[in-house]
Amino acid sequence: MSRALFGKASIRPYLWAAQNDLFPVDKFMNWFTKTFTSSIGRKIIMSLTGLFLCSFLVVHLVGNFQLFSHDDGVAFNTYSHFMGHNPIIRTIEWGLVLGFGFHIYEALVLTQRNKKARPHGYDQWEAKQNSEWTSRNMGILGSIILVFLIVHLYNFFWRARFGTPDPDINHNDNLYKVVVTSFHQLWYVILYVAAQASLGYHLWHGFRSGFQTLGLNHRKYMPLIKNFGYAFAVLVSAGFASMPLYFYLFTNDQGALKDGVAVTLQHLTLAFN
Amino acid sequence: MAGSNPNAKPMNLKLRVWRQPNRQTEGRIVEYDVKDISPDMSFLEMLDVLNEDLLHKSQDPVAFDHDCREGICGSCDLFINGRSHGPEKGTTTCQLHMRKFSDGDTITIEPWRANAFPVNKDLSVDRSAFDRIIQAGGYVSVNTGGAPDGNEIPIPKDIADRAFEAATCIGCGACVAACKNASAMLFVSAKVSQLALLPQGQVEAKTRVENMVAQMDIEGFGACSNIGSCAAECPVGISLENIAILNREFLVAKAASNNLA
Repeated sequence: MSRALFGKASIRPYLWAAQNDLFPVDKFMNWFTKTFTSSIGRKIIMSLTGLFLCSFLVVHLVGNFQLFSHDDGVAFNTYSHFMGHNPIIRTIEWGLVLGFGFHIYEALVLTQRNKKARPHGYDQWEAKQNSEWTSRNMGILGSIILVFLIVHLYNFFWRARFGTPDPDINHNDNLYKVVVTSFHQLWYVILYVAAQASLGYHLWHGFRSGFQTLGLNHRKYMPLIKNFGYAFAVLVSAGFASMPLYFYLFTNDQGALKDGVAVTLQHLTLAFN
Repeated sequence: MAGSNPNAKPMNLKLRVWRQPNRQTEGRIVEYDVKDISPDMSFLEMLDVLNEDLLHKSQDPVAFDHDCREGICGSCDLFINGRSHGPEKGTTTCQLHMRKFSDGDTITIEPWRANAFPVNKDLSVDRSAFDRIIQAGGYVSVNTGGAPDGNEIPIPKDIADRAFEAATCIGCGACVAACKNASAMLFVSAKVSQLALLPQGQVEAKTRVENMVAQMDIEGFGACSNIGSCAAECPVGISLENIAILNREFLVAKAASNNLA
């Protein structure tokens, strides 16, 4: 242990352990923090959190499909109650907070770094000839998703956790009603569909990009990962966008199908039977 | 001025050239007309014509980097009409010919733009940041003894080919210039993987990638967003797969090297 290393730090009491080699705090923190503050390290955090958030999207989407179950929201409310009260889910929720937090934080730090890397721009810049629009605009797309996320969390998460929604027939909070009411407001539907389009474009580049950053680019598997990512982007964003569109276009204030729609559906069912 | 092809019609062009007297002074775009340009000329020869013109008028000629003029040294670094080395795929500026342009075209010529590549003068930039990255570890320093027998170390053909592909990087900086983030990741990845793929390079693989990436960050290059502009504009076609190799090498080194600093 050299004096040079600890000359300045010796006043800090917590380093006593390190000085006596009980626990080499400084050494450990050194290589570790250096790794994850390097340009590649930050990208690795971006990709790990991004892919983790992709898994969250799947769970969220599959659960929300219960909005379509035509039971006045009974299944959806039961599911919401479980998600809001199960201790395991509540623990994982903190992982989600960290996932979003780090993804956003690293995005800000990396954007700043990248802007600093080119202080003087070009007079003529034809990036569209050599790259996809989505890949160059992840920050803008992400910002739209962030605005949506804040509105979304306030409207549903905040009300579910801290508000007092009416009970449904099972005495669960009737969040289905909150959903139906929200999705009958035009501005809300527009915000949701726009955000889902942004999410789709974000995933279009992000999914594949996450694997590339982790070094998982192999000529055998990359085409599969790429195409799976494209399908994932389209299906997830279309799936989420279908919910506000469905309630706005096809249901009444109670979430039941409008008369005309019900009749058409019946005709369609008969035609295919 | 006629070219080697008697049917080639000479062209008149308008050039918009970045002029900057030195590092400290801010530059600007200056417009020039060049006349009777043969379509068989290379882009640099067209600039030679412009410079001769300027010299005849007792004006300061345009400074631009060039050396071998046969596409292997990586010196010529011009950002032409918004793209590294101009519109043609897989070429350096010296191998770009005027037949790719049409009579009456306006051509914008700018230097590479990156914090790590300061402009020396006009279109000439200082790319010594790349040299310092190589100095940080882009070599094999172990003593290899006398010349070994040619096939003493078995290397599969496909590995040798991939290492060779990575080694074709001429260090021109087109990747940095084309990247939205001015990232040097494609360059560094080519230099890391050309050695990491071969047994001779594996001895120092961990320290190499750690030191080269650290130097890359010190030089102030941006981070990779996997956009792919770099590979699309690379004159020798270095692929993004190399960046994945770099990231793998980096992760393994950081997790398993003996370097605690």
